[in-house]
Amino acid sequence: MDAASVIPTLRAKDYKSDVVPVWCPGCGHFGVLSAVTKALAYLKLPKERVALISGIGCSARLPAYVGAYGFHGVHGRALPLAAGLKAARPDLTVLVAGGDGDGFSIGGNHFLHACRRNMDMAYIVMDNEVYGMTKGQASPTTRPDWAKSKLTPHGTGIRPFQPAAIALAAGASFIARGYSGDPGGLTRLISEAIEHPGFGFLHVLSPCRTFRPEQSDWKHQVHRSDKGPTDDPAEAAHSIQADDGMTLGLLYARRLPVWQPDNRATATTADLEGAFVV
Amino acid sequence: MPAVTGVATEADARYLDRGPSHRPRRAREAARKSLRSLRLCGFNCRTAICTDWRLGMCHRPSLTGGAALAITGAGGSGAVTAGLILLAAVGRAGHYALMGRSAGPQIRGGESVAMLRFAPRPVECMGDRLDLLVGLDWENVGRFSDELPLDETSLILTDDQAVPVPEILARSGARVRSLPLKVLAEAQPDGRVNMIAIGAVGALLGLPLAALESGARVILADKDDRIIETSVACIRVGHASIGGSQAPPVGMPTPPARWNISGNEAAGLGALRGGVRFVAAYPITPASEMLEWLAPRLERLGGSLLQAEDELASINMLIGSSFGGVPALTATSGPGLSLMVEGIGLAVASETPVVVVDVQRGGPSTGIPTKSEQSDLNLAVYGLHGDAPHLVLAPTGIADCAFTVQWAVGLAEQLQTAAIVLSDQALGQSRAILDPPADPAVVRSDRQPPTRMIADSPGPDYQRYRPSDSGLSSMTLPGVPGGMYTADGLEHGANGVPSSRAVDHAEQLDKRLRKLTAFDYGGEWAEIRGKGDCLLLTWGSSAGPVFEAAERLSASGRPTRAIALRLIAPLQRQALLTELGSVGPILVVEQNQGAQLFCYLHAQRVLPPHARSYARPGPLLLRPAEILRALEEEA
Ligand SMILES: Cc1ncc(C[n+]2csc(CCOP(=O)(O)OP(=O)(O)O)c2C)c(N)n1
Ligand code: SF4
Repeated sequence: MDAASVIPTLRAKDYKSDVVPVWCPGCGHFGVLSAVTKALAYLKLPKERVALISGIGCSARLPAYVGAYGFHGVHGRALPLAAGLKAARPDLTVLVAGGDGDGFSIGGNHFLHACRRNMDMAYIVMDNEVYGMTKGQASPTTRPDWAKSKLTPHGTGIRPFQPAAIALAAGASFIARGYSGDPGGLTRLISEAIEHPGFGFLHVLSPCRTFRPEQSDWKHQVHRSDKGPTDDPAEAAHSIQADDGMTLGLLYARRLPVWQPDNRATATTADLEGAFVV
Repeated sequence: MPAVTGVATEADARYLDRGPSHRPRRAREAARKSLRSLRLCGFNCRTAICTDWRLGMCHRPSLTGGAALAITGAGGSGAVTAGLILLAAVGRAGHYALMGRSAGPQIRGGESVAMLRFAPRPVECMGDRLDLLVGLDWENVGRFSDELPLDETSLILTDDQAVPVPEILARSGARVRSLPLKVLAEAQPDGRVNMIAIGAVGALLGLPLAALESGARVILADKDDRIIETSVACIRVGHASIGGSQAPPVGMPTPPARWNISGNEAAGLGALRGGVRFVAAYPITPASEMLEWLAPRLERLGGSLLQAEDELASINMLIGSSFGGVPALTATSGPGLSLMVEGIGLAVASETPVVVVDVQRGGPSTGIPTKSEQSDLNLAVYGLHGDAPHLVLAPTGIADCAFTVQWAVGLAEQLQTAAIVLSDQALGQSRAILDPPADPAVVRSDRQPPTRMIADSPGPDYQRYRPSDSGLSSMTLPGVPGGMYTADGLEHGANGVPSSRAVDHAEQLDKRLRKLTAFDYGGEWAEIRGKGDCLLLTWGSSAGPVFEAAERLSASGRPTRAIALRLIAPLQRQALLTELGSVGPILVVEQNQGAQLFCYLHAQRVLPPHARSYARPGPLLLRPAEILRALEEEA
């Protein structure tokens, strides 16, 4: 990274903005924010060359808390906004952040197509199996029998969305799982997702203290993968399906073609106009 | 020198009387006879009359005053190709022209009709009637019969082996003549009926054979050589079949450099001229051709087109590109615009320039995808939630698609907001021979460049959304040190940080409104033609027939002005009020059921109580005569 020589090395806290997070005390998203800033510092990325893009949700507030460029867009549309930015500005490091509702429900279609488009960006989904911002409704990753929302008093009765399996089926080239309570591991995974050439999907278990207090137990449930990552989709499919969903680490990574338009001009508009002459 | 057999104008008659000695006596006699019948002729132009002695037609159009014709045929008959070749040929012959098309409901290969009107002056609408209808066959023509205005002075050309002309057309009283199109085609190796017809029609109209041939070579350029040569041979046979040119060839010896361009292409050109280098879009009729035209050209200009997964994605992709500093645009139609509305609001709130071209089609819902209507004005003007001032523009013709889209890009960039451009199927999918649309960036070099206000080296007190007198605040682009901010659709303070405080909301709402209302849009807010206290007020593709109606009225001694609004929102209320002054009759003309412009103008309190509306839905094109009738009814 050429620009790294221009600026003095920054520490993680230098990547924080001075905006005070709106998150509830103890929210898992704090851990993600901290890991993001550490990863940026670790990679020595100049702040102005980084763009954080998000939709709407508690998690989607993250860009404003990082002192880089950011876009806090509308609910579910962070990935296309990021795709447009990256297509236009391949020189930037693009990070996308959001929640499970934002990414897998309202933005689910964009998730599939971002996986297959494989543009060079990192996508961090803070999964708390609930809609935090709208005060505790079931999300696509909520277990079917979770009955604490007035909207679904008997639970959803619907099997949860499987982010890693779906990402794999959609053609993702990098799939990892992190936990907001594991700062070191998460920082490393975020760095790897950024450095991965292509779409780096990082599924982060990030508890909602307020609406899913029982998720504090996740710290006892998460465990590291006993195998290294695979680049074989069949093998990855098997291990992801067999997994309990609490395995942390890089699950799958494969070199796949990255979509990025060539932005070199070979003509001017005047050159094109000749074709209209009768 | 082709045989001249027809008389169109008195000047032509004098020419004939003086005429060269080698001209057949019979032709001269026929010409005199036709002069006598001049008064009996129903051709509106009164110059397009002649007698044809070979075909036994009593009237037919000649190139002198222009003509309107349609070619219809089943899927695969090549009616549209024939129209395209004739369009190119009249262009080569030095004429202006407009070509529209209509297709049946079949996705591909269904019956279709090409409609072509040409004249020695710019053609901006299809006129009221057809001089000539050519049936390559009559399969399913009933599906278009209401788009083919025939009368007893029209001529229907049919193949002599075809089924009789369908009753639905024949009852117009149009004369019918047959030609051995099929027989002639079969006599040629791989001969095609449509090419024979091009030759015959071209001869009837007095189009030089060379123009027809070069038209064919241009339109068929991507076909293999054998097909091109066969086609050209058929055109020659068709041309010779009725004895070569049958009308005075009035094409210019060296035609001026005009363009052959569709509204969708012109809109694409406007985008590129305006500096758009990123397009994201989801295919939809009738906007797709604009995207197809743009994709390879953007690539050559160092830009790109991203085919998005849906319109929710495409509008947000534009916002991303624009946030990165690359001007961005999309093209869609009603259903897509509906999906984009939330994203357009984000562009407004985050002050990120984007342009959405809506090539309108019949609505609501999926509506009539292949046919035109101007019924998305309400959505474009009122569709966004919250107080979300933005730009709504409408091109007033095919050439103006280039200007208006370019202007929209410039305005969106300058004002850091969203612009919606309301084109429609009738503009987008029609082609015209016209004078090259001037590049306003070149013409108006005295103006401030229509680019955004960028902060290249923001100081320590830089604030992205700082209120100002103009309402504008400079934008930093990612990559610029010290300019970091988070753009937001949440209401925010001057620094971009989300805020729900009343003062911030009021201040930012005000800023976003002021930058649009305080801006000087110049004289381009409308296209105004003619003088007079009778007023026709319109927008979009209705402008063509309105201009012609106003001109006819003025020519008939009732001075009439036509105003086509190019900038619909923010409405240039003061300028419009000044234009209205104390006019006489006012008719607001548009192609939708709900009188959307009329209601909008009333809501803006610009129309006097006596203003009346003529609004009717698509998909039939508006014609000048119905506008005149509507005005009569008012009187
Ligand atoms: C179009 C639209 N629909 C609904 C909402 C309301 N909404 C805001 S955030 C949200 C869900 C957020 O949940 P998630 O993405 O899981 O993030 P979390 O708050 O849990 O971090 C919803 C439904 C909205 N802002 N926009
Ligand atoms: S509601 Fe839940 S997700 Fe939202 S900030 Fe509070 S703890 Fe975090």
